Amino acid sequence: MMRIAIASGKGGTGKTTVATNLALAAAAKNVPVAYLDCDVEEPNGALFLKPDTERELNVEVSVPAIDLKKCVGCGICGKICQFNAIAALGEKILLFPELCHGCGGCWLACPTYAVTESKRITGKLQIGQNTEGVKFIQGLLNIGEAMSPPVIKAVKRAAPEAELTIIDSPPGTSCPVIESIRDSNYVILVTEPTPFGLNDLKLAVDMVKALVLPFVVVINRADSGDDQTRQFCRDIGAGIIEIPDSRKVAEAYSRGELAFNAVPEFRDVFTGLLDKILATANPVSGQLERSVER
Amino acid sequence: MKELVVISGKGGTGKTSLVASFAYLAESCVLADCDVDAADLHLVLQPEIIERRNFSGGKRAEIISQKCTGCGKCAQVCRFDAIIVDKGIYKIDPIACEGCGVCDWFCPEKAIAFNPAINGEWYVSKTKYGIMVHAKLGIAEENSGKLVSMLREKSRKMAEKQNQDLILTDGSPGIGCPVIASLTGADLALIVAEPTLSGIHDLERVAQLVKHFGIAGAVCVNKWDLNPELSSRIEQLTKELGFVAAGNIRYDRTVTMAQINQQSVVEYQHAGCSEDIRSVWNVIYETLTSSQ
Repeated sequence: MMRIAIASGKGGTGKTTVATNLALAAAAKNVPVAYLDCDVEEPNGALFLKPDTERELNVEVSVPAIDLKKCVGCGICGKICQFNAIAALGEKILLFPELCHGCGGCWLACPTYAVTESKRITGKLQIGQNTEGVKFIQGLLNIGEAMSPPVIKAVKRAAPEAELTIIDSPPGTSCPVIESIRDSNYVILVTEPTPFGLNDLKLAVDMVKALVLPFVVVINRADSGDDQTRQFCRDIGAGIIEIPDSRKVAEAYSRGELAFNAVPEFRDVFTGLLDKILATANPVSGQLERSVER
Repeated sequence: MKELVVISGKGGTGKTSLVASFAYLAESCVLADCDVDAADLHLVLQPEIIERRNFSGGKRAEIISQKCTGCGKCAQVCRFDAIIVDKGIYKIDPIACEGCGVCDWFCPEKAIAFNPAINGEWYVSKTKYGIMVHAKLGIAEENSGKLVSMLREKSRKMAEKQNQDLILTDGSPGIGCPVIASLTGADLALIVAEPTLSGIHDLERVAQLVKHFGIAGAVCVNKWDLNPELSSRIEQLTKELGFVAAGNIRYDRTVTMAQINQQSVVEYQHAGCSEDIRSVWNVIYETLTSSQ
């Protein structure tokens, strides 16, 4: 059982490309594999893996409900809430469920049991499998909802079991990304050799270090841009795997086709990437044997 | 005063390069980099920081071990699995902690310190094109939406103070809290799309978000020539949405070169994409100034 998360500080560097092609490379080797799309704000994995959805589930979060008959207007609920989701104005209670983090403070603290736990739907899960045998799950945050972490949590909870789990995470370095990658054995940071790519890679490296997770850097479109990103990886002793720039891959991507299937010479690129990662990441301890050779 | 916010749904479609170019073309404006997770605008505009402040978006709990009797009440009430017991010692996992303070409220020994946390830093800077407000959210921190709201408020104040009519806001990818925080109350949202199936999928979701908040929208297609067919599909979609079609920008390697040289790409007068960006800017400027 191994869990590999694909992350990046900067968006559009190729996370989904790496994650979906790795899933396919694993399936081609008969490794039981599950692909989890944790980019629940903008999930794209399904466009490439084309799974059949077998099950659909709602994602519910906890929010307070008020029974005004029991409320004595003590204001404790408003006092305990750190997120301005409940405001007590004397006898009047205002609820802002979209701001609620579901911590339970208000219903635990209410002395008259006027506040109770209720549920609200903020997204959904789609679970299935594709023709190559990749088990698939994606989360979809409802439009207008601010908080993606509960949907990401739900994706991980409902994830199909497999020997290899590939987690496609959202871009950035804040809470949604942390939620996606925190319990993985190994992180692949995808970047591109440009100043923006490098700046955001540095942030992503700080993030995986804060989580004490072993990682490797994939430089996508490696032969475009400059050499600074490579130099940075060498300086910090990070393993580097390069994927060459290819118009064919970009065009296949634009049509929703996987390079693994559509561009023959990239089959080996992703199989090689999978082998390297499986050889480097140790599923038992979650420890990385230092630095991947290029 | 008019505020343009540039967003994309999908990451890496060219928001920041476009904002830097707009700043150059506008000549004078206030800039706000609201992609606080992965801010990049400063790499092009080389700001000179004139004000630096800590950002506190919420509180963080910590167990005072001398006072803790190990009763376990905190672990019982915490919904975020943030209480760790290590050899009988209770601790809080700062990464899992949501900052709700429920543990503090219920601790019978008052053994939990619940104080404002520093979640990042924000800055007011001088650039060639005007004042820029930007920030750095701490690693693994929360409250990016709050930080974005604060940056936008600051940018409006700076614009008033400087008598600037235009605010250019660089947004973040996605449709979640930082994006919502950067959209609300803006005069126009420009969505930078790319002609790929995922680009269209993400455009549709973010466009629904823009509509959900009743903001006027515009769409431009970056690297349109990578897939002309999908580019025309985006134009069609833009019309159906009732958004302004702001034009197409061709694929041009000068964009990467400009980034490496810390310049906005429109400074390369002869680059094909510069011409396209100018024409997109003209449409956007026209739309902004003609709106009430």
